[in-house]
Amino acid sequence: MARLPDGEPVPSDGALPPWLADVPPAAAGLGLYLHVPFCRVRCGYCDFTTYTAAELGGGGDQARYAQTAAREVALAAGVLGAVGRARPVTSVFFGGGTPTLLPPGGLAVLLGAVRDELGVEPDAEVTTEANPDSVGAADLEALAEAGFTRVSFGMQSAVTHVLGVLDRTHDPARVPEVVRWARDAGLAVSLDLIYGTPGESVDDWRTSVEAALETGVDHVSAYALVIEEGTRMGALVRRGVLAAPDPDDQAAKYELADDLLTAAGLDWYEVSNWARPGAACRHNEAYWRGADWWGVGPGAHSHVGGPDASVRWWNVKHPRPYAEALADGRTPAAGREVLGADEVALERVLLGVRMSGGLALDELSAAGRHAVAGLVADGLLEGVAAVRGRAVLTRRGRLLADAVVRSLTD
Amino acid sequence: MSPIPTPAQAASIAPAATSPDLLRNFCIIAHIDHGKSTLADRMLQLTGVVDERAMRAQYLDRMEIERERGITIKSQAVRMPWVAEVDGAQRAFALNMIDTPGHVDFTYEVSRSLAACEGAVLLVDAAQGIEAQTLANLYLAMEQDLHIIPVLNKIDLPAAQPERYAEEIAGLVGGDPGDVLRVSGKTGEGVTELLDRIVHEVPAPVGDADSAARAMIFDSVYDTYRGVVTYVRVVDGHLSPRERILMMSTRATHELLEIGVISPEPVPTKGLGVGEVGYLITGVKDVRHSKVGDTVTNQSRPAPHALAEYHDPKPMVFSGLYPIDGSDYPDLRDALDKLKLNDAALAYEPETSVALGFGFRVGFLGLLHLEIVRERLEREFDLDLISTAPNVVYTVTMEDRSVITVTNPSEFPGGKIHEVREPVVRATILAPSEYIGAIMELCQTRRGELLGMDYLSPERVEMRYTLPLAEIVFDFFDQLKSKTKGYASLDYEQAGDQVSDLVKVDILLQGEQVDAFSAIVHKDKAYGYGVMMAAKLKELIPRQQFEVPIQAAVGSRVIARETVRALRKDVLAKCYGGDITRKRKLLEKQKEGKKRMKTIGRVDVPQEAFIAALSTDSGKEQAKK
Repeated sequence: MARLPDGEPVPSDGALPPWLADVPPAAAGLGLYLHVPFCRVRCGYCDFTTYTAAELGGGGDQARYAQTAAREVALAAGVLGAVGRARPVTSVFFGGGTPTLLPPGGLAVLLGAVRDELGVEPDAEVTTEANPDSVGAADLEALAEAGFTRVSFGMQSAVTHVLGVLDRTHDPARVPEVVRWARDAGLAVSLDLIYGTPGESVDDWRTSVEAALETGVDHVSAYALVIEEGTRMGALVRRGVLAAPDPDDQAAKYELADDLLTAAGLDWYEVSNWARPGAACRHNEAYWRGADWWGVGPGAHSHVGGPDASVRWWNVKHPRPYAEALADGRTPAAGREVLGADEVALERVLLGVRMSGGLALDELSAAGRHAVAGLVADGLLEGVAAVRGRAVLTRRGRLLADAVVRSLTD
Repeated sequence: MSPIPTPAQAASIAPAATSPDLLRNFCIIAHIDHGKSTLADRMLQLTGVVDERAMRAQYLDRMEIERERGITIKSQAVRMPWVAEVDGAQRAFALNMIDTPGHVDFTYEVSRSLAACEGAVLLVDAAQGIEAQTLANLYLAMEQDLHIIPVLNKIDLPAAQPERYAEEIAGLVGGDPGDVLRVSGKTGEGVTELLDRIVHEVPAPVGDADSAARAMIFDSVYDTYRGVVTYVRVVDGHLSPRERILMMSTRATHELLEIGVISPEPVPTKGLGVGEVGYLITGVKDVRHSKVGDTVTNQSRPAPHALAEYHDPKPMVFSGLYPIDGSDYPDLRDALDKLKLNDAALAYEPETSVALGFGFRVGFLGLLHLEIVRERLEREFDLDLISTAPNVVYTVTMEDRSVITVTNPSEFPGGKIHEVREPVVRATILAPSEYIGAIMELCQTRRGELLGMDYLSPERVEMRYTLPLAEIVFDFFDQLKSKTKGYASLDYEQAGDQVSDLVKVDILLQGEQVDAFSAIVHKDKAYGYGVMMAAKLKELIPRQQFEVPIQAAVGSRVIARETVRALRKDVLAKCYGGDITRKRKLLEKQKEGKKRMKTIGRVDVPQEAFIAALSTDSGKEQAKK
């Protein structure tokens, strides 16, 4: 699992620095992320905070998780309220793990807690992630009933041998079915895809993207497979059992996906996300705009800030100490970092430039603005957008976004 | 009867008052690890100069590196009393053991050390036989008419083959194999006999006590507390404390603040007379003021002629030395300045490289000298250094007959060249005869010319070659060792220069020359070098956002080409919640890393890539011979 950053300690009541009360948020809205740290099986490539029943050794309590997490929602209302940032949320996102593994009604209970403690804006986007094989038509209807507006399915691939390497257990034929049920229930649907899995051919990938588009979804996220240290797949690659992903192959697949998705009417709005007009994920956009968001659950991160400074913190990773802290009335936060003006500015560039709207050039330092002409000449930034005062990545620039960010923040 | 003198006997050999016929000056010629230091230790013990408790292993090798490498860089001289029976009477003698450097890089110093002696102990490992190095020094000793006492050491070893090697040695120095003394420095066996033979066989020094003083400097060493300590052998006349002395090559005069003998620590004396060996202190701070080979005389009564013509040490091999961390440049400069005080042969000038930053072009006597200096800089001054591939000095004559001396390949001139001269060496290789073919093949690929070949015994052969020095400064010794399973030994001496068909190969990144990789090579090898270096850099240079051509070129003609393909993907796929902190930290780290990059044109190259491309273990291996 990904290691938590090193940071400074957090007061036991979770209180935020009082100066936050005196500055405006960097962007509008308040997002709430709810992490559900359970999976039936752990996938070989996954380094998220998640546990199978076996890994928890019986001590973790999936049944009572919703109640525990609800306590953190209450804590959030108090901590945000103390600095004047408590307000109805504009988006809620249940991720994991596998949120739909919670006992029936668990997600609805948690959403209810959010409604009670903070409030939910009437037009809020409420998403949950789901595995194609862990939900049925009735579950999806129940979610819609409870106030969910959107579901994101972990499709990953439509090709059986690729799914096998990823340890995904679902039958590809199940995907169009669950998408139809979700749409019938009135939910917006997104599909997640992974490209560059060892053994995946370009044709395999084309098959997957086309299969995703055939379901008629409005939103697709496509991620290059990253081999993380400490995962089972990482060990297999290190031992030479699996080939490491080839960045050139991944670049070609990115371009293929971009071609197919664009042709189908889904435009890129972030480096790894495509949507029809109006179907972008607002919750995720809040991350990239530097808005306030609270992450509930083990290992979840939160961010509250202003234009020139902000605070980010993260919770303990294991569900047991997480539950114990909340039961004792303490914050489950493990550490935090306070970002100064330079760091906030750096993050604004590195996040902002990933979006199709790009970044206003006046957000850049003098050296960063100086680099723009060269980046346009190299075909990494759009020339017309630059003339109009914004740094917008070309397609080649999207594939080299990290290099662009380094140049823009020199 | 004790071989250590009684007080009465000791009086007859008091420094400054010893009759030349009671003096014996000798050195030990040996290959490294044939046990010279152990034997010297044993002699110091048996003569009572050092007692058991005070014995520091390998007493004479003072510097840490010398001790670790088992080689002596700086020679020293120790005076040892010894009582031997001469004409039926017990008489005390003063033996001066002059330690010689054992490596060809220091041939001039060796020759000066030998010139201070009348005899030499030829020490050979009874399990290994004579090596090329030893042979070279033996020739030098025989040229100077030194009396040779052949000795086989390590006879206690189970693998010792004294009969076989006694025959080999007798074949070289003449005489009967039975005359070859057998000793063990380790157990002490035979060492007393050796000391007696030194007294009986080594001629006493001869000189004119009444003429103007003439003493030859055979070593000079910088000491932090005392300044330069100069080692001399008095040939004629007498040197006394407090008098003014004159260095005949520089005409510089100094006051003799202290004069004395080493036994085994410095002991001030009333002076030094004919045939005596000792040290001088004048208060100078730089060994360049006390040059090895120079003649010391009295200022008030100067000798009309120096003992021998003095030669300035001439650097033969050059290399660029750069600090890996650019901010260490001032420390490197200070360190070189300090080393220079103790190393008259060290020459250096500041140099700037696009690839490596600020550093120095340093001249060395040879590869071992290079390696020792580099190691001392790293060890004693705590510097991390990268050195460019060693090169020799080229003399380029242009068509207009102007002459350019090139010590750095990147300074090799363009334009109309009339001829290029390169230094050559005469190399001697000793090896088991079964490897003759492999050695001939190697030397041929290195442009060698066979001068002759002799069998030392049915199994061992001596091969003599003329080779361009440039061909042996780069991995030759490595290759020789690997082709002969480690059995061959090599020695070489300068043998003038020759006109050769040489060209400069430049390495270009995106059309920009990378100075550190320019090399001067024979025309027939330019292609091979170009292909090798381009391929090496292709592996080491990280992919950039654009395609980077790597070219090897002779003048404007490209002879080899590789391409580092453009990087197509450099983006983190996911950037949500917790990814953001990770991403920012990664970015900060990458920006830190970029500061350590060198930029050639538009190409960012990590310094490590240049270092890896320049790194070769051959220098180190060569030094260990």
